[in-house]
Amino acid sequence: MLDFLDIMIGPLALADWLSWFFIISGSFFTVVGVIGIIRLPDVFSRMHGAGLVDTLGIMLILTGLMFQADEWIVVIKLFLILLFILFTSPSTTFALARAAIHGGVTPGPAVDEILDTPNNTPKKETDPSKT
Amino acid sequence: MLHAISLSAALAVLWALLSGMFDPLLMGLGVASVIITVWIAHHMDVVDHEGHPVHMGPRAIIYFPWLMKEIIKSNWDVAKIILSPKMTIQPHIFKTQASQLSDIGLTTYANSITLTPGTVTITMDVDGMFEIHALTHAAREGVETQEMDRRCTAMEGMTKADADTDARNLAAQIEKHKGDES
Repeated sequence: MLDFLDIMIGPLALADWLSWFFIISGSFFTVVGVIGIIRLPDVFSRMHGAGLVDTLGIMLILTGLMFQADEWIVVIKLFLILLFILFTSPSTTFALARAAIHGGVTPGPAVDEILDTPNNTPKKETDPSKT
Repeated sequence: MLHAISLSAALAVLWALLSGMFDPLLMGLGVASVIITVWIAHHMDVVDHEGHPVHMGPRAIIYFPWLMKEIIKSNWDVAKIILSPKMTIQPHIFKTQASQLSDIGLTTYANSITLTPGTVTITMDVDGMFEIHALTHAAREGVETQEMDRRCTAMEGMTKADADTDARNLAAQIEKHKGDES
């Protein structure tokens, strides 16, 4: 069914080229995410860096691995891993955020405080220190 | 009962996919596992359309590709910010009102916001008011367009009547548990 994946292009089969493409781009996002965790200034900003690893990094690497699988069952297992990560990683991020708030970290200024011209900002009072 | 059957079917398929071996011993173990799992789930009162949202299947197929597209776009944006030498970020929090009616709809929306880097849901209350941490103004404006909210609500496919039925069932369950305890 997927014979076209065995077509040789230069030194490698098409499946290998796709593997390389996905694994290298996934690694790129993973490394950028880690750089983000180091460079970004506070807990809540760093979660966005971790988000890169959690989402596109892992998705691309697992997709790349699927092209190396010999059997369908391996592809299905990799896909299930992907699915479970997509469901669990937001939950861990949420737990982390709750833990940080609980530990007394202020999640940053409310949007009205940093905008000079509050046009479409929520009118309600947002005070992070009270949460 | 219908949900117990569909849960059993889903678990059986999962077992078959993960084991991939069909000799009698392994199939027997699979059947036993499915029965025990469904029995436990039944005792926990989680065999309902919330614990096992099969009804959302077809609409989820429309939603997920769109979510993937958003994840890729926002990943790229955040990656550019992280790699830029000056790293101009404006970390801040803002509130947004979610329009989903069921718990599972709200969870899907909150998780989708977290899955797109640049925005993280940090708190939510029962009325669906989310507090979101955004890395940049652009990330906040992306949520404020409400497109994701609309699409999540469309996938949820709940009417007000369904939501009321759910609320009544939940209230009945809580009453029942109170009765059990006393």
